[in-house]
Amino acid sequence: MSDINANGEVNGTLAGEAGFGDYVSLLKPRVMSLVVFTALVGLLVAPVPVHPFVAFTCVLFIALGGGASGALNMWWDADIDRVMRRTRNRPIPSGRVQPGEALGLGIALSGLSVMMLSLAANVLAGALLAFTIFFYVVIYSMWLKRSTPQNIVIGGAAGAFPPMIGWVCATGSISVEAVLMFMLIFMWTPPHFWALALFMNSDYEKAGVPMLTVTHGKRVTRNHVLVYTILLVPFALAAGFTSIGGPTYLAISLALNAGFLWGAWRIWQRDEATAEADGFATEKAVFKFSLLYLFLHFSAFLLEAALKGFGLGGW
Amino acid sequence: MALRTEHELHQRRRGRNVGLGLVLAAFVLLVFGLSVVKVTRGDPMQGFDHVVRPEMAPAEPTTGGNG
Repeated sequence: MSDINANGEVNGTLAGEAGFGDYVSLLKPRVMSLVVFTALVGLLVAPVPVHPFVAFTCVLFIALGGGASGALNMWWDADIDRVMRRTRNRPIPSGRVQPGEALGLGIALSGLSVMMLSLAANVLAGALLAFTIFFYVVIYSMWLKRSTPQNIVIGGAAGAFPPMIGWVCATGSISVEAVLMFMLIFMWTPPHFWALALFMNSDYEKAGVPMLTVTHGKRVTRNHVLVYTILLVPFALAAGFTSIGGPTYLAISLALNAGFLWGAWRIWQRDEATAEADGFATEKAVFKFSLLYLFLHFSAFLLEAALKGFGLGGW
Repeated sequence: MALRTEHELHQRRRGRNVGLGLVLAAFVLLVFGLSVVKVTRGDPMQGFDHVVRPEMAPAEPTTGGNG
């Protein structure tokens, strides 16, 4: 059976023929970049040295596990993605990739990444990666996302696991440092996301996804941003007193937390009329700052580890 | 009318096949590299066959004293 008829036209639509890039975009490469960076930091700041090739393999398969959960998420959320403008062009809603292909790719890559990480590092790291994929796909995508406006709070845990997995790859165990790196991302996710939700015109309502801004209004969302930022600060600062912290980290963290708290306070003070008048300038600024906040915290962990090499970092 | 032997569809399929081929080749290299690193480091490979080796047994405390 040919795909091309006598007129040289393609039978059916091109939609069913995915390019290689379509399968890559199923793995959500932009989300992967955060996974790679935080997992790498978790692995490099651990007190146990890891062979560079093993470290590369570990980070690669942690990222692949993240990508696999992205593909499974796109398979499950295809109906929502079809409704929302932002996601309408994703490979499944646009028809380039069949849902079954995404499911197959997601399951295959999940199994492969967990198996390879277990072999490259240790079974605990593999088990944590498997749990992360389960958490993101089943707990977040299938259950929480469509049932509670607090979805982003608990779902954020999936994004918080990579540095902990990186740490476990090196040490083989979970310690207070790994938990604090986890908590840093876990507590950072809600204010970061809700700052975005305050100014982003999304069609979550049309898709039937309960977002805090829609279900409880923007006033309540502003309260939540402030409360979660206050809760985030102790975890960020506490990491400074562990083996991965030090005076340099603590100084950077203090400045960043003061900035984030100030931003959250300003968001809390504003009402909708003021925010709309200046085009959500404060909310946009705080959202951008939140990205810098996380990046600089993990960079500071790396800096402390690098300084230790010269006998300078740490306490 | 001459049949077109090349179509955008074929290019897309070729791209997909080449991409998959490269990924598989990279995976083979990765497993090979990982095996080399693991084997040359040696020590974690000891005991894979559950046979006790004297050099793996925990060192016994040396009894001091001179008789």
